[in-house]
This record gives sequence, structure tokens and C-alpha cells, in this order.
Amino acid sequence: MENSPRLSVKDLTVQFVTKTGCFTAVDQLSFDINAGQTMGLVGESGSGKSVTALALMGLVPSSSGTIKGQQVMFQGRNLLGLSEKQMRLLRGNRISMIFQEPMTALNPVFRVGTQVAEVLRLHKKMPKRLAWQRTIELFDSVGITEPEQKVRSYPHQLSGGQQQRVMIAMAIACEPDLLICDEPTTALDVTIQKQVLILLKRLQQEMGMSMLFISHDLGVVAEVADHVLVMYRSQLVEQGSVEKIFTRAEHPYTQGLLACRPQLGNNPKRLLTVTDFVDTANEKALSVNKERLKPQVKEDKSDLPTLLRVDHLTTMFPIKGGLLGRTVDHFKAVDGVSFDVKCGETLGLVGESGSGKTTLGRTILRLQQASSGHVFYDGIDLFAQNKNEMRAMRSRMQIIFQDPYAALNPRMRVDQALIEPLVLHGLKKSQNQQQAQAVHLLEQVGLSSDALYRYPHEFSGGQRQRICIARALAVEPEFIVCDESVSALDVSVQAQVLNLLKDLQDELSLTYIFISHDLSVVQFMADRVAVMKQGQLVELNSAENIFNNPKHPYTKGLINAIPKPPDYGECLQ
Amino acid sequence: MITLVVKRLLLALPVLWLILTLTFFLLRAAPGGPFDSERSLAPEIEAQVVAKYRLDLPLYLQYGQYLGQVLVGDFGPSYQYPDVSVNQLLASGLPVSLTLGFWALLLALTIGIPLGVWAALHQGQWQDTTAMVVAVGGISVPNYVVGPMLIAWLAVTWRWLPAGGWQGGEWDHLLLPIMTLALPFIAYIARLMRVAVIDVWQQPFIQVALAKGLSIKQVMIRHALRPAFLPVLSYLGPAAVALMTGSVVIEQIFGLPGLGRYFVQGALNRDYTLVMAVVLWVGLLTVIFNLLVDVFSFLLYPKLRTQEETS
Amino acid sequence: MKLPIKLSLLWLLCVLISCVFGPLFSVYDTQTIHWDAMATEPSQVFWWGTDVMGRDLLVRCLEGGRTSLAVAAVATTVSVLLGVAYGIIAGYYGGRVDLLMMRMVDVLYALPFMFLVILLLVFFGHSLWLIFVGIGAYMWLDMARIVRGQTLVLKNQPFIEASQVLGQKTRLIIFYHVLPNLTSVILVYATLTVPQVILIESFLSFLGLGVQEPLTSWGALVSEGAENWQLAPWALWFPALMLSLTLLSFNVLGDGLRDYFDPKHKDI
Repeated sequence: MENSPRLSVKDLTVQFVTKTGCFTAVDQLSFDINAGQTMGLVGESGSGKSVTALALMGLVPSSSGTIKGQQVMFQGRNLLGLSEKQMRLLRGNRISMIFQEPMTALNPVFRVGTQVAEVLRLHKKMPKRLAWQRTIELFDSVGITEPEQKVRSYPHQLSGGQQQRVMIAMAIACEPDLLICDEPTTALDVTIQKQVLILLKRLQQEMGMSMLFISHDLGVVAEVADHVLVMYRSQLVEQGSVEKIFTRAEHPYTQGLLACRPQLGNNPKRLLTVTDFVDTANEKALSVNKERLKPQVKEDKSDLPTLLRVDHLTTMFPIKGGLLGRTVDHFKAVDGVSFDVKCGETLGLVGESGSGKTTLGRTILRLQQASSGHVFYDGIDLFAQNKNEMRAMRSRMQIIFQDPYAALNPRMRVDQALIEPLVLHGLKKSQNQQQAQAVHLLEQVGLSSDALYRYPHEFSGGQRQRICIARALAVEPEFIVCDESVSALDVSVQAQVLNLLKDLQDELSLTYIFISHDLSVVQFMADRVAVMKQGQLVELNSAENIFNNPKHPYTKGLINAIPKPPDYGECLQ
Repeated sequence: MITLVVKRLLLALPVLWLILTLTFFLLRAAPGGPFDSERSLAPEIEAQVVAKYRLDLPLYLQYGQYLGQVLVGDFGPSYQYPDVSVNQLLASGLPVSLTLGFWALLLALTIGIPLGVWAALHQGQWQDTTAMVVAVGGISVPNYVVGPMLIAWLAVTWRWLPAGGWQGGEWDHLLLPIMTLALPFIAYIARLMRVAVIDVWQQPFIQVALAKGLSIKQVMIRHALRPAFLPVLSYLGPAAVALMTGSVVIEQIFGLPGLGRYFVQGALNRDYTLVMAVVLWVGLLTVIFNLLVDVFSFLLYPKLRTQEETS
Repeated sequence: MKLPIKLSLLWLLCVLISCVFGPLFSVYDTQTIHWDAMATEPSQVFWWGTDVMGRDLLVRCLEGGRTSLAVAAVATTVSVLLGVAYGIIAGYYGGRVDLLMMRMVDVLYALPFMFLVILLLVFFGHSLWLIFVGIGAYMWLDMARIVRGQTLVLKNQPFIEASQVLGQKTRLIIFYHVLPNLTSVILVYATLTVPQVILIESFLSFLGLGVQEPLTSWGALVSEGAENWQLAPWALWFPALMLSLTLLSFNVLGDGLRDYFDPKHKDI
């Protein structure tokens, strides 16, 4: 037993029957996990990694999905041959799982302690009081402070990090032999992510668990895993030790995945994308254009004229309470923030969720009412503009939102969406001119003119984000707020959109405020970086200084928390 | 929790007052008076009657007096039924309507909820389709069609049950009206429950519960039912009011002395005091049931509690 | 398309055509009393039999359907126009406007509906048009609430904000971006309003408060049938069947539309 792997998967295939036909989500997947080993599983959305996890748990819905695997051997038993009843005895007991969204993964109507104790009562047949006692111990061991009180809370009363710790406590309650983690830190802030990763690693060592760690982020996987599996379009394209993947990746997709993620300390002029390595249509490997790898030289833009000046800006949200629902207090989302943005530069705005960075961007554009302070755009006091004056100003400043699925009117064709701003600002008069301009805008963002007469749902996330960019460009703005504009995209698509934004900036001399929680992306994009914490600006400096020589402890904490690939010297030869 | 109850009750008072005022003046503004139909009344007698009921006073004085009366729980005499006070009329009609409504509500819940869950568990299969066709049928067929049908078959042709009548509340007399009254509510609750269960079943916490090693049945009972019950709970407020304020149609078909008929007759006969009392009664029930629904929601759904405290 | 929906559409089409054109081709009319054929069973002469007064039931059912459907069409239109306008304004402008407008709706909701209708009838006599308007004026409350709720959700969608940032006027944002995204909801609830309106009209007629002789409606026919059902049961069953099947079809169609537009059918 000791020599054979703890989990051995051979030719696992999962298919789903959909309206359009049969879709193979996992295609002949084979891998082994040894006792005490952590296996990373990397892939982009839709690559089949989550389905793999569900298949191992026996949770693929039988109504739509079929498993056609040869075998999944777990401790000498073939899981695929077990009955539902036998499987239930393993689930949550010998094999358990942690899910991505801790907020929705906990039942909102029960106390978190009850939900953890339920596992103990089910599998260990513990009496109520003993299970409760053990739950408190578990909460303590996953690093929840004041466990006696926290067991009595409801999920919504806990923070995201605490919720994920509860999920971990639930998963390890029966000391499982295999723990499956499906993107356990994706929904969390970087500093919390770091803590959760350290916790998982510690628990794994203490309990000798095997772990299957699923993530879209190679950097995160490298932090916890010994071995990595790379999935691409339902297939396993590469596997090997972390060192091998990072230094001698063989499959062009893996190479692309490694290259397209901006990394601290390694700052190319343009990011390589997966499409530089693989011809996605024909799945052929391509030779890589090395020109792009040249490090970018960031010019000093401090002498340039100021385009935007934010002066002691404060945005407050009322907190209501009391018998009559009066406003009893205010929550300061943005608290006395001042800074300048120069013409043609990119100001990165970073901070964790709830730090007020998005509210700041929205307040500058007057999408959100400011409580006090001023915003001067090109010397004009924006908050002093009346409705019509502001409407005219709108053609100079635009925003690109996070979610490309929600940012386009689902009932409007692409041409209509692009022509609306043209008509609004009287930029092109005749229909032919408008049409031609729409085509030109699409070409500018790398789409062809056949996109014109289609509806948003016919496009992928990356393409939609390009359409959103084209729409923002339609009014010929000088200044664009990018509010987490690439956060909802897959890493490879992210790289393409980032490159596009850079190209457009060069071409049209745009000024950006680039808001993101992702410091590596900001490092690639920004000339200067502002760090926000609890509504306040804690540090503002050139990107180089922020990343190489952070002054504020909060900034230091953020930078330290970024998952870094192990240092094997030269990454790409 | 106590703050909530107090807050809701304080909010309810102005609503009740508004309803009372609106109704009062709307009724007086309507053409015709309570004694118009009795043309035979000699003018002097009519004047006496009018004076007796103080209908000769200016409107604002009538309103003030009425308000004072209502505050001490006296709805005054009925204009249409001489020598009977509105309070007595209400006292005779209320037990009938409340009994019927209570049992119909209970029936609707005990059949509607399992039916909805069952349909959701078999989503897209024949069981689901059957249950939902039956449910749509229950909503579509009006109760004045269902009532006579049930009488025709169960009471007349097969003679299983009596065709109605109050009979001091004998259960076998009430069975048919309760079934008729409950049918659309059964159907509606089943539909609500089905959709809610399907929705909840797609939530990640259900997958987590399954991953714990619980069986589908355990997950359904322990984890899915309570969250899925919320839409039904919100619907129960208006449903209970509709059931307990008396259905004119059911009363007419089954010959029951409930509240509903007072309402229609009262309005047609300009029996001001009677109509006012029934309208206020409906308003009061609305307030009470909405409050009950709120209290239950807060007990069952901790998240709502926090939202109420913070907003 | 699923079978129940197909059947519903077919039935509604048949009912509509036969109610509108049927009476034109009938040899009988609604008022002629056949003294020699009172309460006769369905036969070759009277396809659906006659009522207790000796009038042809088929033509009365078709005429009754005409009234019921006309009431439904007018009242639904009234409720859609009022409800959509009210809901969008309350939802989009939000804040105090919303609070005030929705409080008004709440108060109207708390007034028993029967009271409103009876009052209307008392005020203005038994006018058919008033019944239309009265029912429509009540039904719009639901539509207003639903449209408001949807508008609130839409208002915070990034594509609405994108249009604001582009400098679009509020009026035109409502017209270009909000309204088109409400069409499916409006269509679904309008379809589901129709059977409710028919039901309310028939309910009023059943109580003798609705349409008056010589006009008739399905509700009035069911009421007459129920009174004399032991003498002429078919005079109850035929109108009841027509009414119920039509209501059923509208409900099935509405549900089908909702499933089509919103596969997860969030609300009922």
C-alpha cells in the first residue's frame, strides 16, 4: 500500500449532453497522487479542471454528465465502481473538498459551527456536545480567533477569509486522506490568500494528507504544490515537478501560460500571450517573437502637464439605523484623497477589496456623488459643472468596467452600441460615416468588421471587453478609468487586453487610471502607483519605487503576499 | 426583534388611519344614501332616521365622531339590519370566515409544499410536468366552477359529503368549501416551492452538503427546504388575508354565513358602518399577517435580521 | 416548443377566431327565446343545447367570450401602460420619488379590491367600459411593482452607467437601454395578466355586478348555469369549460414565455 499511489486516475473521461450535442469536459485524463503529495492542477476556465474534481468526488450530476473513465483507484478501491451509498461514506470523510466561493458555499441559515459539527456527527457518529467541542478545536487549529464565539456566528457575519477557514475546518474535520481544493483562494485578497495557502500547507504536513490543488494561477500553485498538471481544452497537456514546469516546460501552451502572466521584477515591453506559442485554431506550436521580451523602459513623465487633479476628495455612504431609519453614521469609502495625474501617464490604483479604489474611480467620473473635495480636469472643476456642461465633458473621459458581460446592453447590436456615442456627441453626421467609424473602432481594438451586426452574447469575454474599449474610444477621450478591466478575464486573454491597452495608449496618447487588486498587472501597466487602504491613500510613488522600495508597511505586506514562482534562475531561455 | 415589532406596528397605524379616512370619504362621496331604496319612507320619518344615525351632521363632525367610536372598538349600528350593531354582525360572520380560512391555509401548505418539492426533484421529467399542469389548472379554473363541480359529484351524485351549510361548524359540512377555497392556493404554493427548490439546489452550499457525504434526501431536508421556503413565507401574508377575510363566492355557493357577503351587500346598500368595519378588518388582518411573516422570516433567516438592523 | 404550449396557442387561436367571427355565421342569436326548446340537451339543432330560457347556448358562449376577451384586452393594455410608466419612473429615479410612489401603491394594495370596483360601479352605474378601466386600474399595481424591481436591477448594470458616462440623456437611456431589456418581463406579465382579468370580470359577473343583459360574458353564463345546473347541466359545463381552458392556455403560455426568456425562472 505504501508504495502504490494514494490516488491513481486512469483515462478519466467526462462527457456532458447539451442541447448542441455531446461535450467532452475531461478527455482521457491520467495521473497519480502519492501519499502526502500536493498535486497542482492548472488550466483556464472551461479547461475541465473543476469537472475533474467533481468526478473524483462522484458529484457529476448523473442527469447530464456521464463518466466514461477506466478507473479511479483510491486506497485500493475503484471509486467508479462504488455505489452511491459507499461513495457517501468516503465523501467528507476520506476525501473532502474546498470550494471557490466561501460566501455561497456555506448555508446562510445555519450557524457555521453547526455546519462543521454536522460532518463529525455524520461520519464519526459523535454525540452533539462532543462534536461541538471538537468543532471549537478545529476552528482554533485553522487559525480562527475566538473560536468559542465564532462557532455561533452565521456565515454572513464572517469575512471572506474566515469563511474559507471554516470551509477548511469542515474539510479536515475527519482527517481525510485526500483533500481537493478547487480555486480556494481566488475570491480572496492577496494577503488573505497568502495566509490560507500557508495554513493549507501546514495542515497537509501535520495530517499527511494528499492534496489536489486546482487553480488558474501558476504562481499560486507553485507556492503549495510539488507536482503540476496542466490542462488545456479538456486534455492533460503536460505534467511534471514544479521545477520542471517552470524551467523546462515542453508544451507550447504551458510556455505561453508562463509567459503571459506579468511578474514582479520581470517587465517586458509587451506581454507574450498564449497565441504567440500556440496557433489556437490548429493547435500548432509557433516560434516566439523574442522582440517583445525586451524590458520596457518607463520614461519619466513627471514634467508633463497635469490633466487631472483630485483634491481632498471624500465619498461617504450613509449608515441607517434606529427606529425611523434615519442616517445615524457615515461610512467613508474615500477619505480625503489628493493626487495628480499627468497627461499621457498611467496611474495605477491598488488596494484590497473594500479599500475604496473603485468608489474613487466612480467619484472622479461623477458616477457617484462626492461628499466633499474637488476634481479638476484640465483645470475645470468637474463638480461645479451643470448637467449639460458635464454631458459635454463626458466625451473627454471614459471608463472600462470589470465585467464585460454586464457592460454591454444585451439587446443592442455592436454597431448600435458603437454608433450611440457618435450620434450623442455629433462626431459623425452621415450614416455612412458612422458605419465607417464603427468599423475603424473595431479594427483599432483588433476585431474585424463581421462583429458589427452581432449581439454581445455571441462573443467571448475577451472580445466583449474589446468592444467595451471600442465604445469608450468612440467619443475620442483623452482619459480612461480602467476599473479592474482585466480581472474577470483568463490569464492568456488578460495579457492580450493589457497589450491592447498599452498599444492604444501609445497610439492615441491616452491617460489611464488603472484600478486593480492585482499588483503584478499594475506593475506592468503603471508609471506611478497609488496604494489605498480603508479609503485613504497610504503611498504614492513611481512604480519602480513602490515595487522595489515600498515605504508603507501595508504596501510591503501587499507585495510580499504576491505568489512568486520559485527562483530557478533564468525562467525562459 | 422587539424593536422590529414596535416599529412595524407604529408604521401600521398611519396606514390603517389612511385606509379608514379614504374609505369614509369615498363612501360618502358615492351617490345615493343608505335609505334611498326605501322609497316608501315618509319625509319626516326619514328625517328621524337620518337624525338617529347622525347623518344630518356636517361631514367632518361625522368623521370625527366615527373616529372616536372606532378607537374604543365600537363600529356603530348597521343601517341595513335594524337593531343590530356592526359588532354583532362581525361577531357572527368572523368565526365562519376564520375557521374556513385557517383550515384552507393549512391544507394549502400541507399539500402545496410537498407537491412543489416533489416536482422540483423530478425537474423536467413526467412527474414535474404532471404536477405543474395540475397546478396551472388549479390556478386557472375559477372557484365558482370548482364549487358546483364538487357539489355535483361528491355531494349530489355520490352523496359522500353534504353540500355545505354552516351547521355550527360540523367538519363534514366544511370539507367541500375548504377544498374549493384552498385549491388555487395549493397550486400557487406548489409552483412557488418548485421554483425555489430548483434555485436553491443550484447554490454551491448544496454541493458542499453533498460533498460532506449526506444523501440527497438529507440534503433536501436539512439544507434546501429552509432556504427554499422564503418565497412561500412572503406569499403567506397576502394569502392568509385573502383566505380569512371571506370569499363571497364560496359563501354564496355553499350557503355559509361568512364575512364576504356583508361586504358586497353592505357596499351595494350604502351600509356605511358595515363596509367601514369590514374594510378596517381586512386592513388589520393585513397588518397582523405581514408582521407575523416578518417575525418568522427573521427567526428563520439570520441574514435578514442583520440587514434589518443595519438598514 | 413544448406540446402544452403548442396546444395552448392552438386553443387560444380557435377561441379568438370563433368568438370574433362565430356569431356572424350562426343561425341563432343570443336573445331569441325558443319556446319549444327550453333546456334541451345538445343536439343537431342546438349543438350545445339551450339554456333554461330556451336560448341557443353555443352562440351565447361565443358572444360571452367576445365580451370577456374584449375586457381582457382593454384592461391589460391599461394596466401595462400605467404600470410600466409608473414602475420605470419610480425605479429609475429612485430615492424619495421611489419611496413616495411605492407608498402610494402600498396603500392602494391595502384597500380591498372589491371595494374599489364596487365603488366604481356604484359611482357610475354598470358600464361595461368602466369595468374594463376599473380592472385595469387595479391590475397595474402588480405590473408597476415588477417593472420597478427590474428597473432597479437594470439601473445598476454597468451598461447603463457606460451610457451615462458617454453622456446620454436620462430620457434616452430609459428608452434605449432600460425599456428594451424590460420587454420580456412586460410580455410575460401581460400574458399572465390576461387570465387574471378574465377571472375578475367573470367573478364580478357571477356576483351580478359585471356585464348586464342583454350583454353576456363567460362569468355571467357560468353564473346562470350554476343556478340551474340540475335542470340543464350543460349550460354550466360548456361555458365553464371554455373559460377554464382559455385561462389555462394563457397561464401555460405565460409560463412558457417566462421559461423562454429566463431559463432559470427566478420569480413566479
